[in-house]
Amino acid sequence: MSGLVALAATDLLAVDFFAADSLAPLLVADAFTGVFDWFLTAVVGGAFSWLAGVTGLDFLGYPYMQRAYLSVLCIGVVGPLVGSFLVYRDLSMVGDTLAHTAFAGVALALFLDATLGLAVPPLLGALVVAVVAALVVQALIEYTDARSDAALAMVLTGGFALGSVLISLTGGGISVGINQYLFGSLATVSRADVGLLVSMGLVVVGSVAVAYRPLVYVTFDETAARASRLHVRAVNTLLSILTAFVVVSAMRIMGVILVAALLVIPVVTASRLGRSFKQSLLYGVLAGELAGVAGVTVAYLYGLAAGGSIVLVALAGFVAVAAGHRLS
Amino acid sequence: MTAVSLSDVSFSYGDVPVVDGVSLDVAEGEFLGLVGPNGSGKSTLLTLMLGLRRPTRGEVRLFDRPAHDFADGERVAYVAQDATDAARDMPVTVREVVRMGRYPRNLFGRFSADDREAVASALDRVGIADLADRRVGALSGGQRQRVFVARALAAEADLLALDEPTVALDAESREAFYDLLGELNQQGMTVVLVEHDIGVVTARASRIACLNKRLYFHGDTDDFAESDALAAAYGANQRVLDHDHGHHHGNSHDHQRGHSHGDARAEPEDEQ
Repeated sequence: MSGLVALAATDLLAVDFFAADSLAPLLVADAFTGVFDWFLTAVVGGAFSWLAGVTGLDFLGYPYMQRAYLSVLCIGVVGPLVGSFLVYRDLSMVGDTLAHTAFAGVALALFLDATLGLAVPPLLGALVVAVVAALVVQALIEYTDARSDAALAMVLTGGFALGSVLISLTGGGISVGINQYLFGSLATVSRADVGLLVSMGLVVVGSVAVAYRPLVYVTFDETAARASRLHVRAVNTLLSILTAFVVVSAMRIMGVILVAALLVIPVVTASRLGRSFKQSLLYGVLAGELAGVAGVTVAYLYGLAAGGSIVLVALAGFVAVAAGHRLS
Repeated sequence: MTAVSLSDVSFSYGDVPVVDGVSLDVAEGEFLGLVGPNGSGKSTLLTLMLGLRRPTRGEVRLFDRPAHDFADGERVAYVAQDATDAARDMPVTVREVVRMGRYPRNLFGRFSADDREAVASALDRVGIADLADRRVGALSGGQRQRVFVARALAAEADLLALDEPTVALDAESREAFYDLLGELNQQGMTVVLVEHDIGVVTARASRIACLNKRLYFHGDTDDFAESDALAAAYGANQRVLDHDHGHHHGNSHDHQRGHSHGDARAEPEDEQ
């Protein structure tokens, strides 16, 4: 059990670490960046170019599309993976709440840049503010009488309000850059963004793999888990922080407003398909992958918003599964 | 050996007293039925016993350790009142739930042969081995309750605490379920059962604690039937308060409170 605490502590350290590193290359060291660049160009680029040749779909060869696909492949894994531990506890709104507070973090970073000339990477601002918000939400639920949905609603709107005020304080000068954070974008996904997603993805998958049992127990029966002396608070903190990681790393593509959808929709879709929890995790990830890849493809082909396309495809998948379930 | 020991335990939500000056011991191997009207604090008392809440006053000991400080999670199994609701929507199999009983012993490592054996024999013991790969949400209410008991058996728990486990069950499955609890108790498991159906409890439990904020009766089941503690406890929050019984600790506020609140149902519900 102390291992779990240590795990949560490691994640906190990781946040400090990112802060110290100023997030510019985003990866642990230059050597890592080198490996990642090689991975991006040789492995991912090679695979996609081969696919482009086989299928005759030229856009698979474009580096920015490759980055977009790689990103949604990551989001499709981590979204449902973390979302599965939220949805069944009626905490589906946590993702949305943290995403909206992450917006305040982006605005704060842009504000500091515009007024004080402090070059804070917006995603670092988003990450720090979202993690703090995650802890605030947890404290609100635990220590006050606020019902959890009301607590979430307050933090959600509060975060967004803070973001909008910070933007207006700079006289609108920075609002140009805000749109891509609000609605997401395929074209502006940089190497650093993908690097963030891939490394967050590894952290999230690793954490869930290690803490799978406490996460499942607390999701299924929190009181019994407490009676069995599991460190429920540590598990909840870990889950909040992982959620913050997921929404922040996915928000460049999905946009603040829609990023939480992949924490929820594939999970709900899969809940009708899987019998065991592990099976439903797997189906959830598959549903997330399908929605992500199909959504990005549709968005490219018809020039649509990527985040919106992905969410609509995910919803279509849900409707199809629900209808099929009813018919069978 | 005492499994649970309460000495002069009180608990309040804010300034609303829910449990007032309760002292009682639960011996190992005992089957204690905890009865009382709605809002009488019995669910709260159960969570106090398990160390899930800390009393505002008094001391709770669990297997001779301060309850809040007790660390042997596998020795204690708790089936909360709403536990089965949560089980309805989540895709999770019977086996996955019963395996959770092993988690306090083995939270991160690979499951050993012992772990698997404990899970298999627990499933077998409560008669749901053939349902092991079914989704818990697809089971009947009675089967679902057995899943939770199997989880406690897999943990090899010494104390099983249940909060009105049979509310949603038909009479037949309820009987069968309490038969199972009786058998487990005879094989040495300590059982504490919160139940509003007094007939069911007195048929199975070896000891009864009758509660309405304070303790109106604590003793053998046979003596309980002969005492008028039941009428006193259920009447305590009514307008008509017959007379004061000698079981409580002489708290002079009791009369006042009983009269001012009128009806037990007007009290804050302690069911979580």
